[in-house]
Amino acid sequence: MSRIDDILVVGVGGQGIILATDVIAEVFLRAGHDAKKSEVHGMAQRGGSVESHVRRGEEVHSPLISPGAVQVLVAMEGLEALRYAHMVSRGGIILYDPLEIPPLAVATGQSQYPEDLSERLSLYSAKVYPVPAFALASELGNTRTQNAVLIGALASLMEIPDTLWREVLSRRVPARAVDVNQEAFALGSKAIVRGS
Amino acid sequence: MSEHTLLSGNEAIALGAHLSGVRVATGYPGTPSTEILEALAAGDHDETVVQWSVNEKVALEVGIGASLAGRRTLVTMKHVGVNVAADPLMTFTYMGVNAGLVLVTADDPGMHSSQNEQDNRNYARFAKIPVLEPSDSQEACDMVQAAFEISERYDTPVLLRSTTRISHSKTPVNPGDRTESRVDPGFIKDPSRTVMMPAYARGRRVAVEERSEKLRAYVEEVSDAAPSSLNRVEMRDATVGIITGGIAYQYAREALPDASIFKMGISYPLPIAAIEDFAGRVDRLYVVEELDSFWETELLAAGIAITPSSLPRVGELSADAVRAALSADTGPPTHDPAADIPVRPPVLCPGCPHRGIFYTLRRRRYTVSGDIGCYTLGALPPLESMHTCICMGASIGAALGIEKALGEEAPPTVAVIGDSTFMHSGMTGLADVFFNRGNVTTIILDNHTTAMTGHQGNPTAGYDAHLADAPRLDFESLVRGLGVQHVKRIDPYDLEHFDAVLTQCADHEGPSVIVVEGPCVLLPTADPGTIPCVSDQCVGCGACLRLGCPALRRRGTDKRAQVSINADLCTGCALCVQVCPYSAIVGEGADS
Ligand SMILES: Cc1ncc(C[n+]2csc(CCOP(=O)(O)OP(=O)(O)O)c2C)c(N)n1
Repeated sequence: MSRIDDILVVGVGGQGIILATDVIAEVFLRAGHDAKKSEVHGMAQRGGSVESHVRRGEEVHSPLISPGAVQVLVAMEGLEALRYAHMVSRGGIILYDPLEIPPLAVATGQSQYPEDLSERLSLYSAKVYPVPAFALASELGNTRTQNAVLIGALASLMEIPDTLWREVLSRRVPARAVDVNQEAFALGSKAIVRGS
Repeated sequence: MSEHTLLSGNEAIALGAHLSGVRVATGYPGTPSTEILEALAAGDHDETVVQWSVNEKVALEVGIGASLAGRRTLVTMKHVGVNVAADPLMTFTYMGVNAGLVLVTADDPGMHSSQNEQDNRNYARFAKIPVLEPSDSQEACDMVQAAFEISERYDTPVLLRSTTRISHSKTPVNPGDRTESRVDPGFIKDPSRTVMMPAYARGRRVAVEERSEKLRAYVEEVSDAAPSSLNRVEMRDATVGIITGGIAYQYAREALPDASIFKMGISYPLPIAAIEDFAGRVDRLYVVEELDSFWETELLAAGIAITPSSLPRVGELSADAVRAALSADTGPPTHDPAADIPVRPPVLCPGCPHRGIFYTLRRRRYTVSGDIGCYTLGALPPLESMHTCICMGASIGAALGIEKALGEEAPPTVAVIGDSTFMHSGMTGLADVFFNRGNVTTIILDNHTTAMTGHQGNPTAGYDAHLADAPRLDFESLVRGLGVQHVKRIDPYDLEHFDAVLTQCADHEGPSVIVVEGPCVLLPTADPGTIPCVSDQCVGCGACLRLGCPALRRRGTDKRAQVSINADLCTGCALCVQVCPYSAIVGEGADS
């Protein structure tokens, strides 16, 4: 695949999606590219479905990635991975946390959470990598670092030096959480077993 | 690009305002405008007063005062806020400024967080003032400075229009130099300019027309090929020419990279002569604009031939929408979205003090006139107990209207309104209920903050725009002052008590108010309870699930599966303990 320029991060409001794309966009800029990111704040933040786009290039125009042009979809929750899977390009990658957060209609029994998630995701991409980021973050004793695990996993797919990712990550998280976020990043960067 | 930093459009507007020497900044929160004042306040610029007003009308009036007093002033609001501020705006335009005044309107095409998607470029034509529209954060920063210059040079308030995609996208910004107002501070007593009674207003009305004439000449002057021009001509291939601006410019560039572009930085008034010239240099001329056909209408009226296109008039544009309407290129191949997957709408947070109120209302046949805030989510299943939502403050007036139209035989009418919304425009509605002998029961959801837009202070919150302590108004005495003597204050987590008070207020002859007092669970002052647990008594009846709490779910897919509580999400509000008919949820608040 050509260089990864267009990344879509999705999940459930409150999971730290916006912080994740802040980090990615700043890494892109610091690596010497034009970069843009876009999301919607407001109502969706209250536990709704959230998407945030990050792009880099010589000159980036639209802050939004076109459907079918997402090179890496990073999903912080399983159902949200499926909701946005159609955005992925031919040859694109889906990197998702198999964590299940049931939406209200599922919790109340009116709807079913999809069971055959990984199978359905594979219809959209030949490269589907589950990364149990929430579980790894829990082991570290801080579930807020779920996003740092996924950033680590994403970084392992890209050509940008780890030192830059780590430096930007440290500047973006609260001072008392720097160490645990670095550990989370390290776990993430070893999480993808390629060719599997 | 290393000297650049990534800023959101809103942060860039705040930076531009700071670089323009803004001394007073006011506004009322509203997505997507809110972070502008927050960023200015966070900047801790000692010379700048930053404050939230109770509503947009007051915010603009404070701004007008500050401008007349000779201080550069920024006023911010969301698109519908300009409706509220329209009254002062439509007359302030006659008066002109002393020091510059820039009014930021942040529009929401696509209605991500709004009740409508009105296109506020129309206000520029309506108020006969210029409107500037940035296409990214760099322009947002630069255009605030340009807007202040125009405001002072042409003696006019200037509108700066952002949209969700500008305000909430981050793009690189390299800030320019600081500019300052050349106006000396001080209020000039000149009634012919500042007292808009008919005799004086007639004179100023003429001045507005003269100003419009000068502005039309000015926009021609700033239309050329220079990169820094506010209206920029970008000649490329001459087959297709596109008139565009704001975020639509980015979509047009992406969809048709070879097309020539006339980029509108000033969206009104239009540089007709410059556009005629551009039209003459391209074979086909399109207009690519989001929402209304604002430019197209103006250009057709000026006799410029525009090629019709099938661009959507509803919702946001995108590079794909522009590609589909204007080019043969089909873009990347796409898949169909996954079918039959559950939706995930926003929900009231676990522990939200609004939840129990709607749970109780759901079990009554009352007509519930609602309002705007987090609590509007009470209209969605499973709570489903709000039956109107129009605009901020409308709940009380609409409730009175329903009651008057149907008379005494109809079910009781209840208005539900948040604290910030009540201060914004609910007070007048309540005085109307009192004056017109209404029976409406008004429920004020006092969570001590403006939660929906991210916890901004208001007169009932106890903190200001800098999060410093602020004087706090007492609802009970306010409501009594508005004429309603039947006032009850209740705890949102005591369902039985609320149920009794609600019945009592609905039966009461005359207007009544219930003040529901409990801080938003996301505030540091919120006081978490102990987390209950579900015992083996649970029969899976689902009564607790009707609370719509994200912390509750069934343990399996079986229709009668037992319920479990997610301890990571639960705040211990104990509403589920109270609603369980089998006393199967045990914790604080359980029957002893
Ligand atoms: C005229 C106007 N201004 C601003 C908004 C944005 N807005 C929607 S609800 C709201 C305030 C909600 O606060 P409150 O009434 O206290 O309810 P809460 O969200 O705290 O439950 C604001 C500012 C709007 N919709 N309309």
